[in-house]
Amino acid sequence: MRWRRSPSEPRRGRLRVGRWLFATFAAMIAATLVYALYPRPMPQTQAIQIREPQLDLERLRAVAEFAAIADLDQRSIALFEEAGRVIQHPRCMNCHPRTDRPTQTDAMRPHRPWVSRGPDGAGEPTLRCSTCHGATNFESSGVPGNPMWMLAPIEMAWHGKTLGEICRQLLDPARSHMSREELLQHMSEDALVGWAWHPGGGRKPAPGTQAEFGAIIKAWLDTGGKCPA
Amino acid sequence: MSYAISVNGQVHHVEDDGQTPLLWVLRDTLKLTGTKYGCGVAQCGACTVHVDGTPTRSCTLPLEVAASARITTIESIEGVEAQAIRGAWVARDVPQCGFCQSGQIMSAVALLRTLKTPTDRDIDVAMSGNICRCATYNRIRAAIHDAAAQLGTAR
Ligand code: FES
Ligand code: FES
Repeated sequence: MRWRRSPSEPRRGRLRVGRWLFATFAAMIAATLVYALYPRPMPQTQAIQIREPQLDLERLRAVAEFAAIADLDQRSIALFEEAGRVIQHPRCMNCHPRTDRPTQTDAMRPHRPWVSRGPDGAGEPTLRCSTCHGATNFESSGVPGNPMWMLAPIEMAWHGKTLGEICRQLLDPARSHMSREELLQHMSEDALVGWAWHPGGGRKPAPGTQAEFGAIIKAWLDTGGKCPA
Repeated sequence: MSYAISVNGQVHHVEDDGQTPLLWVLRDTLKLTGTKYGCGVAQCGACTVHVDGTPTRSCTLPLEVAASARITTIESIEGVEAQAIRGAWVARDVPQCGFCQSGQIMSAVALLRTLKTPTDRDIDVAMSGNICRCATYNRIRAAIHDAAAQLGTAR
């Protein structure tokens, strides 16, 4: 019986393993070098494409679509309910708060930072809306803007009101401060109202267009300006 | 495009896109790094500068709009209110990390220029757009009262 291998055997075995290890190592280094040194184009500066968020635009029904409602009062109410989709949209509601503070976002949460309407609706004298809001939307910061940026007077608060209550409030000159003609003009031509359809910053615009909205308001007034219950 | 922009009483000619926020121009182009970048979205007030004397967030003011105005930054704010605020800030050791402080000071100086003796509520209203991560609010408020009192006795 042999207790020991002859001294030459294991050495030969070790040598063979060593050669294999060396070959694998060399192959790995060669592969890494080929990978690292393989010529490939340098990254170039490129303009970033501004991706317009895919907003599902909601359309407003055309005035003609209401002609089928024979009863004039019912048609008038239906027209106002369609207009209500704009009136009660966050883009409009956010600046018709029932407190001194505007709301913001689709969730209509309190405006951050804390701001207050001040004496003229455009902020406190020491913290004006224009501290942050410029004459146009600013895409870099996402802050919306308009030259007339301000809150609706408190008598025109819409938060917490039903559509019927908003309707009667709109028609009451004591609270809306507007005749029917002025109301129509406000809805269809006012530039700050028009912002609701061009809110920028990935915000969802009000349904339809301001012109379509104005046409619905006109048809509603022409049919007697009836209000939902 | 090239814009001539008046900052701290000096006209600078800068070559930048008109939609660049003024804050970028101040810090990167003019190297006026006293004005801080906190959020870039008008939420913190760290970037407050005076535009024709009115406190304004420079992160949300495009260069093309700023170019027609007189801009004052923390580097050159001066006058009795600024001196009083500086003294009160030092005496009360207001800053902690300091990051928000240039914005706080720009708003505080503007407040004292509008209201000589602001109440706590006046201070809250005027300063609510300036966030301090270190919560130095109590010292800020006390220092504004100190500065107002000091201006009152000086007058
Ligand atoms: S950086 Fe301008 S408000 Fe925060
Ligand atoms: S001192 Fe640190 S954020 Fe105001």
